[in-house]
Amino acid sequence: MILKFLYLEWKAFTRSASFGTNLALKIILGFVSVLYTGIFLMAGIGAFYGLQQMHLDPLQEVNKYLIYYFLLDLGIRLLLQKIPVMNIRPLLSLPFTRPTIVNFSIGKTMLSFFNFLHVFFFLPFSIVLLVEGYDVLSVMLWHLAMAALVYSNNFLNIILTNKDNVFTIFLAAVVIIAGFQYYHYFNITDYTSVFFDGLFHTRWMFLFPVLALLGLYYYTFTYLKINLYLDAGLSTKHEIAKTEDLTWLNQFGTLGTFLKNDIKLIKRNKRSRTTVVMSILFLFYGFIFFRENSGQPEIMRIFAGIFVSGGFLFTFGQFVPSWDSSYYPLMMSQNISYKGYLSSKWWLIVIATFISTILSSFYLIYGWQVYLTIVVGAIYNIGVNSHLVLLGGAFTKTPIDLQSTKGAFGDKKAFNTSAMLLSLPKLLLPILLYWAGSSILNFNLGLAFVAIAGVLGFAFRDKVFSKIEKIYKTEKYKTIDAYKQKS
Amino acid sequence: MIQVQNLSKSYNGTTVLKIDSLEIPKGQSFGLVGNNGAGKTTFFSLLLDLIQPSTGHIINNEVQVNTSENWKPFTASFLDESFLIGYLTPEEYFYFIGDLRGQNKADIDALLAKHEEFFNGEILKNKKYLRDLSKGNQKKVGIIATLIGNPEVIILDEPFANLDPTTVSRLKKIIKELAENPNVTVLVSSHDLQHTVEVCSRIVALNKGEVVKDIQTSAETLQELEMFFAV
Repeated sequence: MILKFLYLEWKAFTRSASFGTNLALKIILGFVSVLYTGIFLMAGIGAFYGLQQMHLDPLQEVNKYLIYYFLLDLGIRLLLQKIPVMNIRPLLSLPFTRPTIVNFSIGKTMLSFFNFLHVFFFLPFSIVLLVEGYDVLSVMLWHLAMAALVYSNNFLNIILTNKDNVFTIFLAAVVIIAGFQYYHYFNITDYTSVFFDGLFHTRWMFLFPVLALLGLYYYTFTYLKINLYLDAGLSTKHEIAKTEDLTWLNQFGTLGTFLKNDIKLIKRNKRSRTTVVMSILFLFYGFIFFRENSGQPEIMRIFAGIFVSGGFLFTFGQFVPSWDSSYYPLMMSQNISYKGYLSSKWWLIVIATFISTILSSFYLIYGWQVYLTIVVGAIYNIGVNSHLVLLGGAFTKTPIDLQSTKGAFGDKKAFNTSAMLLSLPKLLLPILLYWAGSSILNFNLGLAFVAIAGVLGFAFRDKVFSKIEKIYKTEKYKTIDAYKQKS
Repeated sequence: MIQVQNLSKSYNGTTVLKIDSLEIPKGQSFGLVGNNGAGKTTFFSLLLDLIQPSTGHIINNEVQVNTSENWKPFTASFLDESFLIGYLTPEEYFYFIGDLRGQNKADIDALLAKHEEFFNGEILKNKKYLRDLSKGNQKKVGIIATLIGNPEVIILDEPFANLDPTTVSRLKKIIKELAENPNVTVLVSSHDLQHTVEVCSRIVALNKGEVVKDIQTSAETLQELEMFFAV
């Protein structure tokens, strides 16, 4: 039975339209995975001796911060770990039992890299503990408890992904807890470290996480099983629709028509909504780099400058024209010229970048220099990156399923690892320019270089646009064909 | 109005459509019939430049469709659900198409009022997005949207499929009305010989991508076609 599922999975993987690009991305992802595996491995082995040298009790110290380790893990999972999507509908009427279908879905998540990664930390750490003469049974039970917690996070991710706004609430909670600890109001580790220490010292306490894991598994299992009906988890929620005219946009002519449409696109589809919320988080990215004593190299400031105003560009713009994939043939046969279509998307990106730049004026508390970096980043985003994003779009042939009819089983994660990887090239050039300028004279020249690149891009806009338009035209037929395939 | 020359489309060596020459004069109501895989949708997709011809080309009102985009202003089409924008309400969709075709809100409202009967109270002011409508109702929206802005060429792929009997007869009325207008060329494809014969003044039958019959509709047409498709 399982073999049949695996057969379907393999076919789905090799026959998807985006197989080529996916494979390239998967190879890059493979490298990233190996890198992180290495880091975790080093941490697992090194943590004990490192902490010992600092005259701290390694186990106690690790236990103290495990709460943040697991919270961070959950956060990263909520953001990046995909819930495996299976094409479940056609399976329902076939002779598969429902529990088999659910268990296979769950099983797929358990094989995720996000679970195995932790083995590379906990296994060497536990081995070092054994080598250093800690009690064998205690170490084993502690290790078992850790594994149970890792998998609990796996299930929490499945359960929470199907709830709205969880990530935002989660992030807020973590920030508040960490903030309280940082300013010594309330130290959560005082309480949680007792628990984690207990897992080691008290023989029966490992039962807590194991039972929690079993409970979560059972909950996930019943949740998914209940939802395995066409009118439950596999259905679309019918929202009550309200017609909106947005007449104030009429004054912009054709551009207004498209903007109206894009605003509705963003408002009415969960996937695009999450994307925009993500782009707001980008605004605060600068706090990592612009803080005094941030310990970050000066060169990285331009990186932050570009990120702060470019949130929308990176999260939404990256997927133009995939947002329109479900009705692409309409766009291609309606009374729309390619130029009009592209420039409306371009304007949307420009407007969003502009608004982000205004909103980020709170960085002025760090001084003019910092805000200038952000403004220069915005100029570069408008002049160069907006075009790069559209250019990349011509080759992005992954349809976006806005309607997501799969309900509880659907993939709703808007911001994924591949999106992040795609944004890297857009950051390298400005960093190079900034570096060149600042090594010739000073950081201001670096900023000037980046700004000039942006202004040049803006000046040659028409030229660049007609080039991009040509590429879209030649790619048009392939794109229409690829969008016909539903994931 | 529409000239087809040496048109063919093949995928990996298999020819799915081959029309050496076909001329559709202005004002004609043109019916395309054939079995599954006969090439009906392929022909319409070529006409809308959604796929590339392997050889030859189509000229729509003196515009060669695969080289210029100038056929778009006077051509309206509805092939399938990918011509609908799921997250809009029907009204918003009509206004959107209206905006693209240079029609104001009042024009659209007038058109919608005229076709209220066709909608049968299931489309407008129903607080539903297009994605939540049934297949039949989606089709109603798509068909009426092609009438926006008085296009000269209207292309409908399988308009009768998925519709209930009442709506089918109303749709026939609409297409007949369009057919009477000497400025409007209507192209309809269907599996249903009877419906097509009723609304079209000319029927072309496709089989395995080739034109096998080309007849002006008369009293005997239906019988002739039924004979042809019977095994």
